[in-house]
Amino acid sequence: MTMESTDMTQALSAPRSRKVSLPFARLGYGAAALALLAATGVLEGYELFLASSILSYAIAAMGLNVLMGYNGQISLGHGAFFAIGAYAAAICIDRFAVPFALTPVIAGIVGMGAGWLIGKPALRLEGVYLALATFGLAIATPTVLRSDLFAEWTGGVQGLFLLINPAPEWAGLDLDQSIYLAVVGYFLLFAFLTLRLVRGLNGKAWIATRDNPIAARAMGFDVTRAKTRAFVFSVLACSVGGALQAVAVQFVAPDSFPFFLSISLFTAVVVGGLCSPLVGPLLGAVFIVMVPNVTEEIWQGGSWAVYGGVIIAIMAIQPRGLAGMLGWVKGKLTTHTNRKQQTGRNRPC
Amino acid sequence: MLKSTTALVLGLTLASGAMAATYDKGASDDEIKFGTIVPLSGPASAYGSTGTCIAAYFDMVNDKGGINGRKVSVSVQDDGYNPAKMLEQARRLVEREGVLFIAGNIGTPTNSAIHRYMNQRKVPHLFLTTGASKWDDPENYPWTMPYIPSYAAEGRIYAKYIKENMPDAKIGILYQNDDFGRDYMDAFIDQLGDESMVVSAVSYDTSAATVDSQMSTLKESGADVFFNVASPKFAAQAIRRAGEIGWDATQFLVSVSNAKSAVLEPAGLDHSTGIISTQYLKEPTNPAYAEDADVQAWQAFKAEYFPKASDGNWWDWSCYSTAYTIEHVLAQAGDELTRENLMKVASNLEGFEAPMLLPGITVNTAADDFAPIEAMSLMKFDGDNWALFGDVIAVD
Repeated sequence: MTMESTDMTQALSAPRSRKVSLPFARLGYGAAALALLAATGVLEGYELFLASSILSYAIAAMGLNVLMGYNGQISLGHGAFFAIGAYAAAICIDRFAVPFALTPVIAGIVGMGAGWLIGKPALRLEGVYLALATFGLAIATPTVLRSDLFAEWTGGVQGLFLLINPAPEWAGLDLDQSIYLAVVGYFLLFAFLTLRLVRGLNGKAWIATRDNPIAARAMGFDVTRAKTRAFVFSVLACSVGGALQAVAVQFVAPDSFPFFLSISLFTAVVVGGLCSPLVGPLLGAVFIVMVPNVTEEIWQGGSWAVYGGVIIAIMAIQPRGLAGMLGWVKGKLTTHTNRKQQTGRNRPC
Repeated sequence: MLKSTTALVLGLTLASGAMAATYDKGASDDEIKFGTIVPLSGPASAYGSTGTCIAAYFDMVNDKGGINGRKVSVSVQDDGYNPAKMLEQARRLVEREGVLFIAGNIGTPTNSAIHRYMNQRKVPHLFLTTGASKWDDPENYPWTMPYIPSYAAEGRIYAKYIKENMPDAKIGILYQNDDFGRDYMDAFIDQLGDESMVVSAVSYDTSAATVDSQMSTLKESGADVFFNVASPKFAAQAIRRAGEIGWDATQFLVSVSNAKSAVLEPAGLDHSTGIISTQYLKEPTNPAYAEDADVQAWQAFKAEYFPKASDGNWWDWSCYSTAYTIEHVLAQAGDELTRENLMKVASNLEGFEAPMLLPGITVNTAADDFAPIEAMSLMKFDGDNWALFGDVIAVD
């Protein structure tokens, strides 16, 4: 038996050992979900907007983390799907007066369609080739959105303003609260989906495909299907995230989706921590939204130099990102129980 | 008797006015707080210095004792030229930092993102450095007002000149494929009144590497007038290319891109000789203004408060004019530092002489006219400097 397949049997049996701590984990998730919901009444205006923004990016990062962390494929172009989702939501609201809370569903369907179309040929590529192909997509997106061809729908360079109505009056929610609650709803849904997927058979197929596609195929996994599923799920999450972001900002324009957005999503996933299905993407989203504001205060005009420095520092200290740091701190606090997890540290998931 | 009563009433009114200072969020007995959002990072970060400039200007105002005894604090934020980020920053300024108003922002797509927000919140969104024509819409957006002349107004000025002086011109246009480009184009063609004068119009996208192929197309079209509606980097490329391929057309260059150091020098001064553009500002480097009081004041300001300023970037002295106008509005608002009163003062400027504006050009606004500057002068590049010619041309 080769090294990889030993690894793989370990990987496949890993979830079983987790079951022991599941009731506690459930309790933790429940408390976190309640805290997110309760924030509706505590935060106001700007903070709610910021939180909505962070959670939208977190949803996108969750999907991208499945693709990059669990399935080991690199994409530098998921900002394009974020944009597709945002525009799908914008057009739904602008043209068809769809209630804003439903737009992510439509955006998700549109995004998944686009992801499937693009994923089919793109997934024949691997590693850096896929990264570059997707990056091409990210570069092309703003120009396509700007072009006259679709201007009738996209509003061209002007973009689209979204008129969003708050929840009905009896709910007693203002606009920011309504949007935030919808975002939290989708966030919880995606948190649930992501956990189910990565801990289920799909997750095993993704990890196996990533670690050794030949062995995975020999064991009966459909490698192509696994890769396609990871890709489509990541696209779904990104388009839903994009739709929610568009709703929160109430405006879409080509300049909102520069190729740098794709790099930001990539940053969120890696800085947050590959293979940490929930905490990583959430921390990563907080990072890409909040840290530029902080670095700007440190050195106005040179904020990106500080931002870049922080990224380098995080990668140097803990390649598994912020979630990895959190895990390390937790490991220090509870020495005994975590020894088993420590040994598995060399693998990304 | 009547006289003394009037005097008494007047005196009382004045006294009560002086006593009852009224404030909105962001203003108090000793401070006025406002924000400005500019691209300090990202593709348009060159314009970010306007933020530094406005903050520096109010440092100077504070050093001189502030406005009506109040210090002014300016919060400069970075939007990275991203509309979504712009909204985040505007909300931060309005809702968290509690500024009285936002002024001096730069950029069309970014300000579009907060256009509705500012008007819903009824927070003044003043003196924007963007030439889009949509900002002058007091009926629908009574809280937003630009500062610089609109691109449309400028486009009309070129068309007017060409119609009068070169009626047989065959015009080739290079334009940026966005709001900025189309505002110029549409107004220009509208003013020409004869679309057949335009023999070729080609666009480029801001993500393009060069405009070489567009320039070849224009030359081949047989045009003898070149209207260059490009942002600085591309304008420089276009001028250089026109010279390289030997296209001998009379060139008109939009004012956004007429900086000598940022555009003409990279394009080559020999290629740039004879270009016609417009100006409404006094250029500090032009020897004609060496003795000018405004320019000397700007130089002094630059030396002490804004050493990063470049003589070649128009926005580094246009912001001085903007900041001066902001100061004027705040001073006029007196002790009634409410958002509503600020808009009232800002929309009631008549013949206000802001510094750095060319002689004959003043700031004029009214309740139904939110376009402060609507006059410009034509100028020609003589290989070394821009030289104004003709009268100030005003459009409506």
